[in-house]
Amino acid sequence: MFMDQKKTAFMGLFAAAAIILGYVESLVPFFAGIPGIKLGLANLAVLFILEKYTWKEAALVSVVRILVLGFLFGNMFSILYSLAGAALSLAVMTFMQKKSGFTVMGISVSGGVSHNIGQLAVAALIMENLSILYYAPVLLVSGVITGLLIGFLTQEVLKRVRL
Amino acid sequence: MKKKEILFIAGILVFALILWAVTAYFRRGTCSFIRITVNGEEYGTYSLAEDREISVNGTNVCEIRDGRAKMTEADCPDHLCMRQSAIGDQGGTIVCLPNRVVIEGVSDEEPETVSSEFDTVV
Repeated sequence: MFMDQKKTAFMGLFAAAAIILGYVESLVPFFAGIPGIKLGLANLAVLFILEKYTWKEAALVSVVRILVLGFLFGNMFSILYSLAGAALSLAVMTFMQKKSGFTVMGISVSGGVSHNIGQLAVAALIMENLSILYYAPVLLVSGVITGLLIGFLTQEVLKRVRL
Repeated sequence: MKKKEILFIAGILVFALILWAVTAYFRRGTCSFIRITVNGEEYGTYSLAEDREISVNGTNVCEIRDGRAKMTEADCPDHLCMRQSAIGDQGGTIVCLPNRVVIEGVSDEEPETVSSEFDTVV
């Protein structure tokens, strides 16, 4: 019972952290000057929860963050894009965590890359235009770079925070 | 990081490089037209040689100047499309996701009907 309450409290805390990180990130419109590229700071909280608990808790934190940020600053489309990216990235990260034996860094990279692929796929579907797939190489590389950064940060946070 | 993680990352980067080379190859050829698409339906094709402003659906304004096309106005809150790099003779794509407007460079090999009567010149 005590563990459950503790977990609920920590999940709330990390959902709040994810929302703040997402908001801070939205203040900086461009990362490296290329449209559509974001650092994905909020993924830090999701990855942390995934490492500490299971994908279910991570999914809950992720959905709460997307809905709150979406209603505050976005619209239906931005929620849709975010959900697609987050769902694919969490699925891939969970798979990698269980099957690949990767460290947090590798899991984070797989999450960053799959997040970008998910968003690009939804964008191509909604726009009914395949020419935006030209962005794919850029988004793959940026997924690797941001994934490494977030992976490193999560690794450091995991070392320091005990639940 | 483990060795297999570095291999995994290297694999993604090599794949991105190949994908980039393939798309760059197909994008070759000088672009002299832009095609504007709204909601997946063609809105119009315009020559890059002619300076003009095109109002797209009342939501976006695309400007062609000195052979380069840029999105100059958009009524969406983020204005991401206005910051995307201009389309010149190397081609390129400008996307406004909220309004579902796509502007893409079209090469000479694709002769499209150049519409001039049905658009609004602001």
